[in-house]
Amino acid sequence: MSTKDTMRTPLKNVRRLGSAKEGADHFWMQRLTAIANLFLAVFLVWLVVALAGAPHATVKAALASPLVSLPLLLLIVSAMIHMRLGMQTIIEDYVHGEGAKLALLVLNTFFAVVVGAASAFAVLRLTIGA
Amino acid sequence: MAVAKTARGGAKAGRPLSPHLQVYRMTVSMLMSILHRITGAALYFGTLLLAWWLVAAATGPAYFDYVSRIMGSLPGRLVLLGFTWALVHHALGGLRHFLWDTGRGYELKTIDLLAWLTILLSLAITALVWAGALWLE
Repeated sequence: MSTKDTMRTPLKNVRRLGSAKEGADHFWMQRLTAIANLFLAVFLVWLVVALAGAPHATVKAALASPLVSLPLLLLIVSAMIHMRLGMQTIIEDYVHGEGAKLALLVLNTFFAVVVGAASAFAVLRLTIGA
Repeated sequence: MAVAKTARGGAKAGRPLSPHLQVYRMTVSMLMSILHRITGAALYFGTLLLAWWLVAAATGPAYFDYVSRIMGSLPGRLVLLGFTWALVHHALGGLRHFLWDTGRGYELKTIDLLAWLTILLSLAITALVWAGALWLE
């Protein structure tokens, strides 16, 4: 965009005001992962109901199958992206102090990555490792 | 009267704010909107339970039995029941949002109907899932 089209000065960009131009991507990823989660969450509920109260050997054998571990891994990735975007929206809606907001946004990403990595590592270990 | 604040928290000269949540009569679609956000936040932390269960399964029989006993206890089951309902409710709320994303379903009657369907179906599906789980157990 030419600077002659606007009365605004580059100062607003320096101050990090205005659109970050990532809103459409946020919206799209939220919907895309929502569609995936819809199917994968049904799978998860079915899996958990089928394994409710089952002994360790049964659960281990079930999770060793790629037909179970692969959808689980996909769910972990999709759910972590979806919930990180959702919590980001909540934080940006309610936390107005710049320092607290920034800290919570960082924590939000860390939480999603750590929970996702721990879950995925456990599934991988059950299906190809140990 | 509420006074507008700047982003850094300083008060600005007596600028009036538009009315917020507390002055509106609660409607069913408003309640479903609030519940969509609350269930989303609950599921966010609920993923810790899934991670715990998976890590326990990967750790070994002794630790898995320990976690299994906690989750199978009455308090554990109540938490998992809430988890199930939050998941189903949030999923149904998401379906509503998909409809709205296409520009449809904005008539007041439709909005009310969808809101009632969301709460009633979420309770019904949760009950079905738990009936199935308890029957299989």
